[in-house]
Formats: sequence, C-alpha cells, structure tokens
Amino acid sequence: MNAWSELILILVILTNLLLVGGNRLTGLIRFAAVQGLLAGLLPLLAHSQALTARLVFLAALAVALKGVAFPLLLGRALREADIRREVEPFVGSEFSIFVGISLLAFSFWLSEWLGIAQAGWLRLMLPVGFFTMMTGLFLIISRHKALTQVLGYLVMENGIFLLGVALVGEVPFIVELGVLLDAFVAVFVMGIAIHHINREFNHMDVHLMARLKE
Amino acid sequence: METGLILSSAGGIAGAALAAPLLSGVINRTKAVFAGRRGQPLLQAYHDIIKLLGKGAVYSRTTTWVFRAGPVIQFSCAALALALLPMGSRPALLAFPGDFICLAGLLALMRFFLMTAALDTGSSFEGMGASREAAFSALAEPVFLLSLAVLARLTGALSLSGMASRLALHPAEGSGPVLALTALALFVVFLAENARVPVDDPNTHLELTMIHEVMALDHGGPDLAFIQYAAQLKLWIMGILVVNALGLGGRGGWACAGGMAALAVLIGIVESTMARLRLLRVPQLMIGAGALSLLALLLTLVRP
Repeated sequence: MNAWSELILILVILTNLLLVGGNRLTGLIRFAAVQGLLAGLLPLLAHSQALTARLVFLAALAVALKGVAFPLLLGRALREADIRREVEPFVGSEFSIFVGISLLAFSFWLSEWLGIAQAGWLRLMLPVGFFTMMTGLFLIISRHKALTQVLGYLVMENGIFLLGVALVGEVPFIVELGVLLDAFVAVFVMGIAIHHINREFNHMDVHLMARLKE
Repeated sequence: METGLILSSAGGIAGAALAAPLLSGVINRTKAVFAGRRGQPLLQAYHDIIKLLGKGAVYSRTTTWVFRAGPVIQFSCAALALALLPMGSRPALLAFPGDFICLAGLLALMRFFLMTAALDTGSSFEGMGASREAAFSALAEPVFLLSLAVLARLTGALSLSGMASRLALHPAEGSGPVLALTALALFVVFLAENARVPVDDPNTHLELTMIHEVMALDHGGPDLAFIQYAAQLKLWIMGILVVNALGLGGRGGWACAGGMAALAVLIGIVESTMARLRLLRVPQLMIGAGALSLLALLLTLVRP
C-alpha cells in the first residue's frame, strides 16, 4: 500500500516536470488530467483505515472532475481557439525544467525546515504538495496563454489538495465538496472567458492585455 | 585477489569481447522483423570486422599521426573499460573505489580521439560530425555521472562491482522507483552515446545528418575495423551498466546475458517505432534525462 502511494507521488512529480517542460497545449491538458487523477486516487491509498463509502465517493468525484470533466472543458476551449502550442513562453522549456528541479529541491528543504515530523513515505507527501503548488504558480507567471494559466491554477489546486491529505488527513466532507465545486466553477468560467478573449482579440496572450486601458 | 577469481573475471571479459558484436546483430534482426524483412545474418558484424581486418589501409596526405593513432587508442580505451566492468556475478578485473569515474574518463578519452582523428582529416563533414558529438556528449556526460552517483549513494558502494552485487542481492528497501528513474536516465544516455535512434541514426547515408558514422568516413581497412569494434564494445559497456542498474547484472551470467538480449531487442523496437529527433530537440531530451537522474538523486538524499 505504501509502495503504491510512493509510486503515485513520484508520478505526480513527473507530471509536474512534464507540465513545466512541455509546450504542446493538448499534451499539457493531458498531463494535468493525469495529475488530477493521481491526486484524486491518493486518499484511497494514503490512509490505512478501511475504505468508507464517503472516501470512495469523494475520490470518484475528484477523479471524474479533474480527470474527465476539466480536460473536456479545456479541450473544447482549445479547439475553438484553434491554437496548438505555447509559443515563446517567458521562460524557455529547457530552463523551465531546471527551475522545476530547483523548486523540487526547495520544497524538500522547506518541509525539512518546517520540522513537521512525518514518518515513512509521508515524508515524501509534504514536499510533493509544496512542489505541485509552486509548479502551478510558476506556470501562471511564466506563460503567455490564458489556457496554460488555467492549467497552472488547476495544478496549484492539486498541490493544495495533496497538502491537505498530508497534513489534515480527513478533510470534512462539506469542505472537500465545496473546494471541488469551486474548482469546477472556476474552470467553467475560465473556459468561457478564454472563449470570449479569443473571439474578441483573436489570440489568448494574456500579457498583451496589459496594454488595454480605459 | 585469488587466481580463481582473476581467471573468472578474465573469462567474463573474454565472453564480453566475443559477444559484443552480436548485440548489433540482435538489434538489426529486431528491426528487420518489424519491417517484415528477413534481415542480415546475426553474425554479420563478425564477418564485417574480419573482412575489414584483411584489407589494406589508405591514408590521405593531409592526415598526421593523430589520424593513425585514433582507432588504436579507441580500441584500447574500450578494452580497458571492459576490465573495470563487472560481468554477471563475476567481479571486475580491476575494482577500486571510484572506478566509475575512471570508466567515464576512459569513455571520454575514447570519444576525444574519435573526434580528433575526424578533425585531422580536414573534411568539413567530419568536422560537423565531431562538433555534434562533442555537443551531445557534453550534455550526456553529466547525466551519466549523476546516474552513477545515485547508484553509489543508494548502495553505499563506490566501485562498479560493489554496486552491481548489492543491487542484485541486497537492494535497499523500497528503492524500486528510484532505480527505475536511474535506469531510464541511463538508457537515454546509452542511446545518445552509442549513436542510436532518437539522437543519431546508424542507418543514415547522408553526411549532413550523421554523427558517429561521419567521423569514420575516411578510415578504412583495419582502422575502420578497430573503430567499429570499439563502438560495439562501448555499446556492450553502457548496456551492462543499464542492466546492472536494474539489478539483473549481479544475479549470474544467464540473467546478465538475458538482460543484454532484452536490451538489444528494446533498442530495435525503439529504432523501428521512433524517428530521430531534430538536432535542436536533442538537448531537450538530454535535459529531460538529467532531470530524471536529479529527481532520483533527490529521492535518495531524502530517504532516511
């Protein structure tokens, strides 16, 4: 059981690195979906107590939203916008991978420094949570396209989810439902926003919007 | 070391020296099966080497002693590197703490003389090949050393023989994912260093796109035989490292040989299903491999 959770955490790290290093938008959406799926499955394996109906329901909901619904929504936005790649991001993909690895090292250091003593494979969970969060932030600040920034937001949400599982263990049912609903509404709204931005300006480069003034 | 052990290690080296050209035969056969051809005989590489050894050599007047020394030095480096390598459960003939750095150095020396011999001909195509080889191996070498450092840290052994035997017999608890990451990084280095498909195409016949083959264009006869044989030995050496990282190497001769055969089939599959990358994309591949090995290193450092 622990070996499985460790494997999932390492796969989450790998999806983060892929997200940071890739520049084909369909691929990025797919990696984010895989990451959401992995993060959604983790609570099932993370706690050694018996599987309750509540745990299974939440995991199924998270997987359905993050692994299926979000990619579909974002994929539709992408088809309507008719773009394929993140061209010339602020930080190139080779350097981004370096940044990703440094962020990972920093997260390991941070969780040591915070001194939250954890045994066994949970030692891995906290840094991976931090790392996923920081990857999301990095995606938001280093990419032009609105779509990549939405993905960054999703990745950040995954990171917070992982931190929650690591630190709190069992988040109250209603809170988790609320968070999932928020994320769903946010992605839904942003999908529509991307559509409108694209229709208005024929692109979705966010940095060009800084020029818009009253 | 006892005489028995020395004899056993020497037997391992002799076996490797005999079997190395067979690897390319297995790779070519796999590619032929994928393409629906019958393919060349498994022992074709041996015939080629024997044929080349029987020929005379022609030297251009532009070349100097560097050109003539190149093939001999490449072959001797590969042979020396073979002595540092544990084969199956047989320990290496020369095992000492830090011998993996010596191995990397020998491979680098081999590459250096391949490149200087190519530059010595004064041909612009060979110069281009040498420059690409230098650029890609400069990216591959850190990944190679990092991956070996992960194995050293994981096993606590500083010699290749120690690493191989501990990985096979007493693997650390829960080290599976780390080993898989390291083996993957080593496999990418293996493909890049041996001029295999995502980086270089051994079948290409266009000087503009060749990397390894273009550097041997002006060599002929016994010199070419030495270069080809040294390249086959290098393929074997890097292959043994990948097989050892998976913990197969130290389990005995048959496990090791099976691992090498599986590796050769895997290369054949990779070469049949993938196109080579654009030259500009190769650094990205190597940086990805570097990220994998760094991730493995971080995971071993965090492990209590």
